[in-house]
Amino acid sequence: MKVKKLIELAKTIRSKNAGTDKITFDIIFREKDNYERVKSNKVITKGSIAKLYRIPEERICDFVEYDPAYAIKFTILRERPSGSPGETDIFGCQQYPPLLDIEVPVDE
Amino acid sequence: MATQKRLRILCPNGHLGFAPTKEESFWLGAETKPDFYCCDSGSDDIGPAPLGADTSASPYEWQKHDLELMLIASRKQGVPMIIGSAGDTGTKSRVDMYVEIIRGLAENHGFPGFKLAYFYSDVDKEYLRDKMRNGVMIEGLDGRAGLTEEELDKTDRIVAMAGVHPFIRALDMGADVIIGGRSSDSVIFAAPAIRSGYPEALSYYLGKVLECASFCAEPYAAKESVIGTITDGDVKITAMHPDQRCTVASVAGHAMYERSNPFFEYVAGGMLDMTDCVYEQYDEKTTRITGPKFVPVQGKIKVKLEGSGKVGERFIGIAGVRDPYTISNIDQVIKWARSQVEERFAGKEYQLYYKIFGKNGVMGDLEPVKEIRSHELCIVVEGIAPTREMAEEITMIGTRQIFYARLPEVKGTAGTAAFFIDEVLQASPAYTWTINHVVPVDDPMELCNLHCIEIP
Repeated sequence: MKVKKLIELAKTIRSKNAGTDKITFDIIFREKDNYERVKSNKVITKGSIAKLYRIPEERICDFVEYDPAYAIKFTILRERPSGSPGETDIFGCQQYPPLLDIEVPVDE
Repeated sequence: MATQKRLRILCPNGHLGFAPTKEESFWLGAETKPDFYCCDSGSDDIGPAPLGADTSASPYEWQKHDLELMLIASRKQGVPMIIGSAGDTGTKSRVDMYVEIIRGLAENHGFPGFKLAYFYSDVDKEYLRDKMRNGVMIEGLDGRAGLTEEELDKTDRIVAMAGVHPFIRALDMGADVIIGGRSSDSVIFAAPAIRSGYPEALSYYLGKVLECASFCAEPYAAKESVIGTITDGDVKITAMHPDQRCTVASVAGHAMYERSNPFFEYVAGGMLDMTDCVYEQYDEKTTRITGPKFVPVQGKIKVKLEGSGKVGERFIGIAGVRDPYTISNIDQVIKWARSQVEERFAGKEYQLYYKIFGKNGVMGDLEPVKEIRSHELCIVVEGIAPTREMAEEITMIGTRQIFYARLPEVKGTAGTAAFFIDEVLQASPAYTWTINHVVPVDDPMELCNLHCIEIP
């Protein structure tokens, strides 16, 4: 089966703080088709995200498929609050790149 | 029912002062004579240090610039201007600073007299301690446990997140300019709409969509003005920049921004439910939204608290590594450097962190790429201790010992690290978010200290 990488299908892939204790990830598609394709293929689920980031599923506190914006959104709990000692990304905005290479089956 | 058919609010900036408001779209918006100029000036994105140390993250001149634009436009038109979360953190010192900026600007421009209302949202630690000792649970958010006195003791400064209440009260007092302490972003916009009689659900939605200014428009461009229009039946949002549009995708997408869930938004007094929102393209630059719901809180109003506490003094060291053998053994190198700090400071209270850029300096444990693919590494050492002297020494040992790393087969026996500067640098003290909790209150004004004065 042919696959495409998420970076080729999504318009926006980003991460950002959601309050002091969480980082939220948005994967937004321009075309409904691409959104539906990723949704129906179940390549992005709580389980697959936990595996990718090597975290227990319990750290993913929200997982939403948000139809009005053709978006898949999930949120992970930080290990310590943003900006605490040892911080590497105070805004949480560079935590998305591993998502870019997620492979999505496409039928062509 | 509302007293007028529609109400229009201009938002010039998603975080007043953090980067200067762009003037072209602001004045294009001002020409349409909105009914209010409202802007949020705060964020917890900037980390715990500004709240803990009671400083701003934004430069004074940018804050003044943005306030001046809003004051000129609103005074010229004779309509109110509302600011929430003054000076990034919304503490008393930031509110006082903004009040003084407004006073100075009014004098410079020679504006006729007007009413200025301001409120403080600082929370006394002893107020919370009393509540806790009287059995009141200070409930934790985002998976945190309830507040303990130990956590409270570690806290330097606390602010309470205001709802619409002090803003409505200030408007009732006839305020022309309102400078708010820490406030939920959406309430700064929702308050004038609710006070004018529009439905709560649409009013809070109006605030939710307006609070980040042009972030709800496309193409991506920050610090541009947008105007929100509320009627009894809908909200419309319009981009003011000539090249930006508010589209169904950009507006619906914005509901997710910086929130863990795109459907629910919590404020003091209830929850905005956006599950059944309908988005339509109204005209070229405008999207129309219908269908939000507001669910008032059952029982006592719960007010969100933010608290920050100092962890210690902090220094930063920087080292570079180029030798491939040292790179492949970098964990051994760090282990050595850590052991040398521990040897000197065993039993003492300190924290030492290594950020290894080229390995996992950005993502830490979340980094899925485990092997090092870079031909060079940058190591940033962060040392934290109770005193400045100790933090400096910890960071110095922790950095310099990268240079003296003992690796059995290293060729470069004259030093295993490159320093572009052979010293460690003092950073701002380290803080942490000690409080992300809610406190139940009998009166939503209990944590707001509201004042109204005449200017000049």
